[in-house]
Amino acid sequence: MKSLRHFFDKARPAFEPGGRLSAFGSVFDGMETFMLTPRTTSGPGAVHVHDANDSKRTMITVVLALMPCFFFGMYNTGYQHWLALGATEFPFGQLMLYGFLAVLPRVVVTYFVGLGIEFAFAQWRKEEIQEGFLVTGILIPMICPIETPLWMLAVATAFAVVFAKEVFGGTGYNIVNVALIARAFLFFAYPAQMSGDKVFVASGTALGYGEPVADGFTCATPLGQIASATGDALQLTGIGGYSISAWDAFVGLIPGSFGETSVLCILIGALILLFSGMANWRIMLSVCAGGLLMGWIANVFATPTYPASLLPAGEQLLYGGFAFAAVFMATDPVTAARTNTGKWIYGFLIGVIAVLIRVYNNGYPEGAMLAVLLMNVFSSLIDWCVVQANIRRRMRRLIAKTSES
Amino acid sequence: MFFNPFSKDNPVVVQILGICSVLAVTAKLEPAIVMGLSVIAVLAFSNVIISLLRNTIPTNIRIIVQLVVVAGLVVIVSQLLQAYAYDVSKQLSVFIGLIITNCILMGRLEAFAMGNRPWPSFLDGVGNGIGYTIILVVVGFFRELLGSGTLLGYQVVPQCLYDAGYVNNGLMILPPMALVVVACIIWVQRSANKDLQEK
Repeated sequence: MKSLRHFFDKARPAFEPGGRLSAFGSVFDGMETFMLTPRTTSGPGAVHVHDANDSKRTMITVVLALMPCFFFGMYNTGYQHWLALGATEFPFGQLMLYGFLAVLPRVVVTYFVGLGIEFAFAQWRKEEIQEGFLVTGILIPMICPIETPLWMLAVATAFAVVFAKEVFGGTGYNIVNVALIARAFLFFAYPAQMSGDKVFVASGTALGYGEPVADGFTCATPLGQIASATGDALQLTGIGGYSISAWDAFVGLIPGSFGETSVLCILIGALILLFSGMANWRIMLSVCAGGLLMGWIANVFATPTYPASLLPAGEQLLYGGFAFAAVFMATDPVTAARTNTGKWIYGFLIGVIAVLIRVYNNGYPEGAMLAVLLMNVFSSLIDWCVVQANIRRRMRRLIAKTSES
Repeated sequence: MFFNPFSKDNPVVVQILGICSVLAVTAKLEPAIVMGLSVIAVLAFSNVIISLLRNTIPTNIRIIVQLVVVAGLVVIVSQLLQAYAYDVSKQLSVFIGLIITNCILMGRLEAFAMGNRPWPSFLDGVGNGIGYTIILVVVGFFRELLGSGTLLGYQVVPQCLYDAGYVNNGLMILPPMALVVVACIIWVQRSANKDLQEK
């Protein structure tokens, strides 16, 4: 630690105004505050400081909460790959190694592109580097299919960081969720690569490790299968033809986007977020309530025309990205509603719309992403209405009181 | 007067007029060019006609007179396109007819032709038409290149890129990307012209 301090102290003069490398001042500042505790603290005059929690710690806690999903994603990637190979034994270490090698280039690419843009913008605007991309950078690979080509991830990340975040003013000013914009960009720009029954299971070698899978296996996600199902009963099958139960979906050993298959791990993440006070329980709860209600309504009026309506309401929450969106996407404090009443409305509508899109639009097997993005746009309007309603109520109360006396 | 609308006073990216047609016709370059030429023609001649009539038009029905003149010219352009460029007029479909409602036209007629002599009005019309066309062509260029890999219908992106895994960006074909491209043009333009930046 001391040598690190010494290193930074020695390097500082070059980065200060007038120094040789003063153009990279914000990079130096970003690196120093990332490695070491800042030397300056708020003085006694700073009355608004009410918590030791800064945005770096917030970001790191969220990343920590994502870790169970991330590790499970690695395991599941390996597991699905072994299944596709037709294996009967699943050596834990090899599965993890394969999953790790499969996801590593994706994480590296998103961080490289996203942080590169953040650094460039900070330098250009002569601001400090914001740490907002720490979470976004890990979210993007987690919500994309494992077979997404790397260049597409790079393009989508660049698009999302520039057009969803930097043009609005950087971290904390974005109107919609940056990671979801990257996902939506991929979904609309490259639909053939982002859906179907090939992309959700790693079929090649991962950085030279593992064996390529022969062509001809199908591995649609459960929601993908539901959207194209016919008949009165749903038959969900995994690779090799075994049938998928609700328990499999809960544990997460099903094909799907890298980090969002396991509801169990998402729940662990949710607990971390709630206990550390990073996410709001009202939003999580109301998203689930909305999803359950809409799932129940759809199930009551179940018809084979919309196969997803045959799914029991509870299972709507287990498949696809619903749980992940409820815990990690909808609760993003920047884009969610701020008022408590607003949070209930905001979350509830996300749940309702997610299931609505899922059930009644067979072209979109999953609606959680679009639901969160839509409500992100409306969240400030919801807040405005809540605040106005409060003002009106208090005004009436005031008038009633003054007329009494 | 003639060159101002190209950049500093551009009808699309500075005055933010005629955005709807920019979204609608720029998925390919060819219809964008034809649309631009049509608007230049209609704008120039309606400016001249209104400018000639400006002293005889009663103020309280001037909008109606302007609309009649524009509508007449749009019908002529539309018929000409159907006669000589049937395929393109098919692609543009309703949007040639909708030139009538293009805000640039009413804006220029009201703001310029009603108070100026025919020759300056003609220059103003052509200038604004070209300013509009420039934006249309730039947006159409990027949308067709990135969305379809072609330009004016010819394959531009080489096959070897597709073999290497490149895929056309389907989002570029959809209207939202036209807005994003226009936004980028505005961004570049404001960075270049400091006096356009709002405080």
